[in-house]
Formats: sequence, structure tokens, C-alpha cells
Amino acid sequence: MRFSLPRRRATRLTAGLAAASLAVVPLAACTTDGSGAGTAPGGTVTINVALAANPQMKTAESLISDFEAKNPGIKVKFTTLPENDLRPAVTKDVATNAGQFDVAMVGAYEVPIWAQKGWLVPLDDYVAKDTAWDAADLTTPIKDVVSGQDGKLYGAPFYGSSSFLFYRKDLAKKAGVTISQTPTWDEVQAAAAKMDDKADGVSGLCLRGLPGWGQNLAAITTVINTYGGRWFDESWNPQLTSPETEQAVQFYVDSLRKYGQPDAAKDGWEGCLQQMSQGKTAMWYDDTVFAGSVIDQATPEVKDNLGFAMAPTGPSGKASGWLWSWGLGITKSSKNADASWKFISWVTSKDYIKLAGEKAGWDSIPPGSRKSTYEIPEYKQAAASYADLTLKSINAATPKAPTVKPVPYTGVQYVQIPEFVDIGDYTSQQIAGAIAGTQSVSEALQKSQDYTTKAVKTAGLLK
Amino acid sequence: MTLVADTPPGQVIAPPTPPPAPTSAERWRLRGPLLPALVFTLALTQIPFLMTLFFSIRRWNLLSGGDQGFNWGHNYVDTATDPIFWKSILNTVLITGVSTVLCIAIGLLIAMALNHSFPGRGIARTLAITPFFAMPVAVTLFWRSAMFDPTFGLFGFLSRSVGLPAVSWLSDYPLLALVVLLTWRFTPFGLLIMLAGLQGAPQDQLEAAQVDGAGPFSRFRFITLPHLRPFIELAALLLAMNLIQTFGEIALLSAGGPAYATTNITYYIYLKAFNAFDFGFASALGVVALVLTIALVSPVLRLLSGIFQSEGRR
Repeated sequence: MRFSLPRRRATRLTAGLAAASLAVVPLAACTTDGSGAGTAPGGTVTINVALAANPQMKTAESLISDFEAKNPGIKVKFTTLPENDLRPAVTKDVATNAGQFDVAMVGAYEVPIWAQKGWLVPLDDYVAKDTAWDAADLTTPIKDVVSGQDGKLYGAPFYGSSSFLFYRKDLAKKAGVTISQTPTWDEVQAAAAKMDDKADGVSGLCLRGLPGWGQNLAAITTVINTYGGRWFDESWNPQLTSPETEQAVQFYVDSLRKYGQPDAAKDGWEGCLQQMSQGKTAMWYDDTVFAGSVIDQATPEVKDNLGFAMAPTGPSGKASGWLWSWGLGITKSSKNADASWKFISWVTSKDYIKLAGEKAGWDSIPPGSRKSTYEIPEYKQAAASYADLTLKSINAATPKAPTVKPVPYTGVQYVQIPEFVDIGDYTSQQIAGAIAGTQSVSEALQKSQDYTTKAVKTAGLLK
Repeated sequence: MTLVADTPPGQVIAPPTPPPAPTSAERWRLRGPLLPALVFTLALTQIPFLMTLFFSIRRWNLLSGGDQGFNWGHNYVDTATDPIFWKSILNTVLITGVSTVLCIAIGLLIAMALNHSFPGRGIARTLAITPFFAMPVAVTLFWRSAMFDPTFGLFGFLSRSVGLPAVSWLSDYPLLALVVLLTWRFTPFGLLIMLAGLQGAPQDQLEAAQVDGAGPFSRFRFITLPHLRPFIELAALLLAMNLIQTFGEIALLSAGGPAYATTNITYYIYLKAFNAFDFGFASALGVVALVLTIALVSPVLRLLSGIFQSEGRR
């Protein structure tokens, strides 16, 4: 759902379909099933693992026999849920201390919030003992994003990603434009105007329009950052109606309405992935993790002409590629923390990445989490067009200083406060209205400003 | 006094004495077997309801604050002053009302066509009711990408092939798109009930009317339609009950957007409870929605039950 509904950062349409099939029964996620945990008589430990139903995680599930062969006393029971259902299920489980899951997949937005509430076990002690896991090999920004405010690691990163620009080299050439490796949004819009070919059914660019704090708002917030805008000032006054923010959102909406894919308000990353891989759009700004997916699904014509560039910058000159990671954490209520770490250690190790590459193909490895991934010769070859740029984008992201002016929060494409889900969903709905043309950008932002002001006052952030 | 033929002459039968009032033990013997069902029903409906009432007067957001406590009517004040809540109520009424009327009207038309015998009628009937048995999620994803989508969809293809620009259904007419989808999905349900009604239509009266020179329209207006009335009412009730709970179609078609244009009350409560984790506010939304639903539905139910009673006398 969060969809969907809600955050959808899975990497292929299939995940969206699966999300869909469960979104109709949100309450089903509410059953607390404590069975299956604990030690069986034979000395076998069963650990319950909650995973997001993304392709990389599916691969991990299919390779679990390798782990069980190496760790004879441990059985792993997976609960694989679409992202939109994973979040409520796991949140409810840890918040009420129900103890259904030993290991949970937690997104970058939630990790510090959950760590602060004491819902996750710090992993530092395990990491210190488990030298083969090699914490120094983790990509630094990704490691930071799954750590708590106390600096301890709470989620072992499974994959990490940033955002960048996808484009079609052949269409750019045809339209006589060149896309630099570090484009600006103005250049991107000008290129979109030239490549936009309505008669041929190809739009100039594809951007997320679907409401949801993890859908259109993720992309829009990075544009706001590049225009010098911000969500809040230092004392938590919302800044959604500031000239910079308004200019940025107006730019996003105008670009979509003039050169974007038709019916843009209905497309999340799933829709744009389809547009891009089927050759219906010339450019797409989205998550680096979709590079493999586009190549995997693309028509031959598209496949041979895909180019990538860094996330565009705006008038302020601030680069604002986002940063995301899915981490694996041990829940506070887990009774099998040691066995849980063994599983986490296996699935986030260098060996696992090699195993996945060899057994399931180099497209399906979890990217971005480890530096060593980018030194595997087979992967470098398979992902030649985007691997280096992915790593560069991840390293360029600045979640601790996401904006030009100072802000009291962390997060590039989100604001790391618990209230953001609600505020963000509201704002994303209003902006979707502007994208659909039912209201103006300033109306949408004024409503969002009022709503946000009320929410941060209720939360006690704004005095 | 009633004399019955086979009673001996002169003997008068006493009026039947009412059966002796059952003793308390006997009453419990009769009720006993029903108790488990009663307890089960109460446990599954009333306890959650009471919990909802309890939550609705509390401050309980799973993610923020952490301090739970009573805030009494605060959630209800928030509900009453929340423009999105009222928008979602209006959307619910529109979605339910328009789709119900369309499902019955179109269902009746198809039922009348299918009520005649023609070659291949069995196949036609099966095809006509198939949409109802397709999974809502599959249906929604299909409509979203294969029908409404201006680039990949059928509607876009059709309008382009006659030289018109493709319509951006989900941006420009999101509520209409949702109603079209729901109508497509639920029309077979209306059709089934209408077809059952038509098959029980009084053939003798229809023939008599025809002999008397009544045209097809008059026959339909003055004989078939009055006969179908209870069927139409039943279909309306059942359809409305289904449509008011629409969730999956909204979540997948448009995520309730743009700007909450397709958010109904069910989806809004879901957003507040399982996306924002504000259980207190979501519970209050649920309670107010329930009160409004009862206020809207009970006059309709009373009307219906009155009609069903008069139906027996007709």
C-alpha cells in the first residue's frame, strides 16, 4: 500500500503487485502470532525474520539453505511482507513488545526513531566480536543512516541507495542535447522540452506524482533542497510557503505538467519504471537501485541507450541526491539475539553478496551497502554503466546537512521526526492535486503549511 | 365455537389452551445451544467496539510522544474540524450512491437482455457475471495500467485512434474513474438479483396485458417494474453495504489522491491508523463514521422492512 501506499521503494513491479494484494487486508497485519519463536527440544533455535518483499530480499530467502548449512542449530522462518504492510506489522510488534519477530527489516527513516525508543538492540557488541563481518567495509553514509543518534549501529545495512538521473542517449542525440554528468534542474527541464515528443508518445521526463511521503514527496523534497528551501527553520517553524520552497515545487509541477508523462498524479516509481523501460519517456529521476531493474526489464532499444547522471542541482548549487537503506535490526523483544545476529551477519556479509551474484545473477545483489561490492570484477562488468555513479551518489549525499540553510532535522528526502509520515502524506496529497491541476501550487503549499504548523505544535516541537 | 365435521354431534371442542409457560430451566435448555454463537458474536463485535470507544478518548500515537492518557473529547473535536474527514464522508456518499444506482440500472438492462432466450445465452451469462468473481486487486491493477493509463491503456488507444488526445483519467476525473471501476466490478451482482427477479415475473399478467394491447414499455412500467421493486431494494441495500467499504480499489488506483479526491472514510481511517499510527484519532474517526452511517442507513432500513411487510399482503 503505502499502495501505499505510503512508502514504496521496492525495486520491481512485482513487489508493487504483491503489495497490492495484501493492502486490501491491512488489519491482517494485526494478528499477533507469538508461535514459532523459542528453543525447540532438539536444541534447534527458530528465529522469525520480517522482510520487505523486494527482489533482493526474495533472493536472500531463496539462498537460506546456505545459512542453515553453515549454522546447523538455527532455523529461519521468514515473514515476507510488501513494504506498506511490513511497516505497520513490525511497528505494532515492537511498539507493543509482542515478540513476534526476532529480526526486522527497518528503513533508514525509522532506525534512529526506533533506536531512541529502545525498540532495537544496538549491534556494536556483535560487530566488535564478528571481525569477519568487517564493519569498516560498509559505505560510510549508509552506515550513518542506519545508526542511532547515539552513534551506535542499530541496523545492519542490507542495501543502500541514492537518487540519480536516468536518460536515453539516443533520444538526447536526436534532439541535439547533451546531458552532463552533473546536470542542473534547468538543463534537465530544457532537455526535457526538446526531447518531449507527444506525437511519438514519448514524454520528456518522468517524475513521481503519486501521493505518499515515500512517493512524490521524496523526489520533491530533494528538489526543494536544491532550490535552497527547507521543511523547517531552526525553531521548527514550517517553511513550506517560503519563496524557495514555492519556486521549487512550482518547478517540479510545471516540468511534469509540460513535459512529464501523461496522467502523472497516478505514477509512483512503479509507473516511471514502466515508462522508462518501455521507452515511453526520455529521462527519469529516481532511486539508484532501479538501474538494475530498468536494464533487466528494458526493451532492446532502451537497454543499449541508457545513460546515467548525478542528481540534478538547483539554483542554490546544493547537490541533493537522497539516501536510503534497508537495515536489519534485532528487536528488543527477541529471545534469540545471538542466533539473530548470526543470520544478520550472514545476509549482510561480503560472502553473501558474492553468493547472490553467482547463484542469482549480478543484477539481484543488494547494492550500495559495502565498498567491496564495487571491487568485485564480475559486478563491475555487469553494472558498468551505473555502479560507479551509484557509489559516487551515495557518498555525495548529506543527510546530516541536507539544506542550504540550517535545519533542526536529519534526512535528505524526509524529516526524521515521527510526525513526518502524517505531515508528509498530507503535503504529498496536496501537491498531487497541483500536479493533477485541481489546485494551484500556492494553494497546496498554504494548506500544507497550516497542517504542518498544527502538527508540530501538537507534537510540542513548535512552541 | 367451531364445529368440526368429524366430531360427534353435540360435542363442542374447547378453544385450544395456550401451552403452559415454560419453566426457567426449560427456557435455558432451549437457549443453551445458542449461547456459544451469541458469546462468539458478542466477543468479536462488541469487545472491539468498546475498545474503539475507549481508544477514541485517549491520546495514543504509537510513534510520537509515547505518553498515553485520556484527552477526552479532543479527538472528536479534531474529527469534527478536520476538512479531510468531511471530504472523505462526501466522497463515500458519492462513491456509494452513484455506483449503486449505476450497478442496478446497468444490471437491469443486461438482465433484460439475458432473460430472452437466444443461442449462446449460457456463455453470455457466464461472461456477464465474471467481473464479480475476479479479485479486486487484480481488477484494479488491470484497470489502472491496461484501461485508464493514457500511454498503455485501452481508453488512451481508442481516443488516439480517432484522433483525440488521451484522457488523463486519474488526474482529471479521479472520482469518476473510481466509480467506473466499481460499477464494472459490481454490476454483475445487481445483474444476478435482477435476473432472479425477472425470472419470477408474472407471465400470466404479462400475457394478459399483451392481449389487451399494452406495448412493451407499458408492460415493463406497470407490471415488471412493480414486481421487481423488492429485488431492486434488496440489491441496493447489499450493494451499498459492499461499496461503502471500498478499500483496495482506492489504495491501488490512486492512493486516495490527488489531494484526497478519492479518499473515502475507510481509506482515511486506514491512513490515520496504519500509516500515521494515530490510533486515538483513528478510533474517533471510526466512531463518528459509524454514527453517521447508522443515521443515514436506519431510515433506509426502516423503509425497506416496511416494504417487505406490505409485500406479504400484496
